[in-house]
Amino acid sequence: MTDSAFQIFVNILLANNMVLAMFLGLCPFLGVSARLDTAVPMGLATTFVMLVASLCAFGLNLVLTALHLEFLRLICYIVIIASAVQLVEMVLKKYSPVLFRALGIYLPLITTNCAVLGVALFQTSREYNFVQSMAFALGGGAGFTLALVLMASVRERLQLSNVPNLIQGTSLTLMLGGILSLCFMGFAGVGG
Amino acid sequence: MSAQGVNTWDQFIEGIWKQNPVFVMVLGMCPTLAVTVSAMNALAMGVATMFVLVCSCLLVSLMRSIVPKEVRIATYIVIIATFVTVVDYAIQAVSLALYDALGAFIQLIVVNCMILGRAEAHASKNPPWIAVINAVGMGIGFAIGLLSLGVVREILGSGTLFGVSLFGEGFQPWVVMVLPPGGFFVLGGWLLVFALWEKRKQAKEAAK
Repeated sequence: MTDSAFQIFVNILLANNMVLAMFLGLCPFLGVSARLDTAVPMGLATTFVMLVASLCAFGLNLVLTALHLEFLRLICYIVIIASAVQLVEMVLKKYSPVLFRALGIYLPLITTNCAVLGVALFQTSREYNFVQSMAFALGGGAGFTLALVLMASVRERLQLSNVPNLIQGTSLTLMLGGILSLCFMGFAGVGG
Repeated sequence: MSAQGVNTWDQFIEGIWKQNPVFVMVLGMCPTLAVTVSAMNALAMGVATMFVLVCSCLLVSLMRSIVPKEVRIATYIVIIATFVTVVDYAIQAVSLALYDALGAFIQLIVVNCMILGRAEAHASKNPPWIAVINAVGMGIGFAIGLLSLGVVREILGSGTLFGVSLFGEGFQPWVVMVLPPGGFFVLGGWLLVFALWEKRKQAKEAAK
């Protein structure tokens, strides 16, 4: 892997967007995207956890590879993500109560966000170095936030419009996701 | 005895029909949309998820009295991750082509909220045999959901079913169906079909 960090960042942000092209983190995408003011903190919290988790996963992978314990990778990653979420929660609570109150309820949910585990797994399987991993995690988080914000904006608008009864709810959200995903197909090739 | 029989049947059928994880609860969406490009992938993913679900539910149910409440979620996740690792290595050994097609999504079974949800909401409160029956039902329901998506996407997107060509030379495949947007559209379409069906049923009952 010789891609520059910037290429990786742009690629995961647009062309291979975590949510719309790789289908990671769909549960919060469908669940928390009803309103803009919850979508933004959720996106930011996820980005933050992604960075921490990616950092921990990078260090852990070095240890596991050195000890030839690769088969424990998955279990270790999931434990490390859960602990990272706990840690972030405690640190925020102590040093920034305002931010903690804003993100509070979303933090535990992030543990089961497959985008976070996805970032850790992909950076391992693609053998990214440290800088590349960080760019990947940052881009993944930014892409997740972007998708969430776009979706929430569209859904806020749709509340005022008159759609058939039948399609309301999840199927409408899915159709919207499909159209957004189609739009993002236009970025194919950006960032290599 | 007969009452218990009915109960067991309910537990089993719940996951397949009333609480179908894909169509009713809309849980575990990530693998559902990502791997259902072809019917074969969908089936493999369904079977893998079902195996993990049944084994984890059995173990969670067996351990339900010795796991302290405070660490139960962490325990469940480690149990699930263990079985996912087993499946991961098993698929790699059986079929490398399938392993490549499913990619990281086998490992991502760990964070399938459907499994953790079942472990927490059902298996941790019920004796092993009921938990297993319920898990089998849920697993079959999930596999059916995956398969119904995979079949539609493969027929429309590549004109084949399980790799067998259906329409002959003249067929122009709907490429969008095997691309990411197709996943969203087909699942949205299925949900529409079920909503329509439900509405008709209600209308019929109201007419009575």
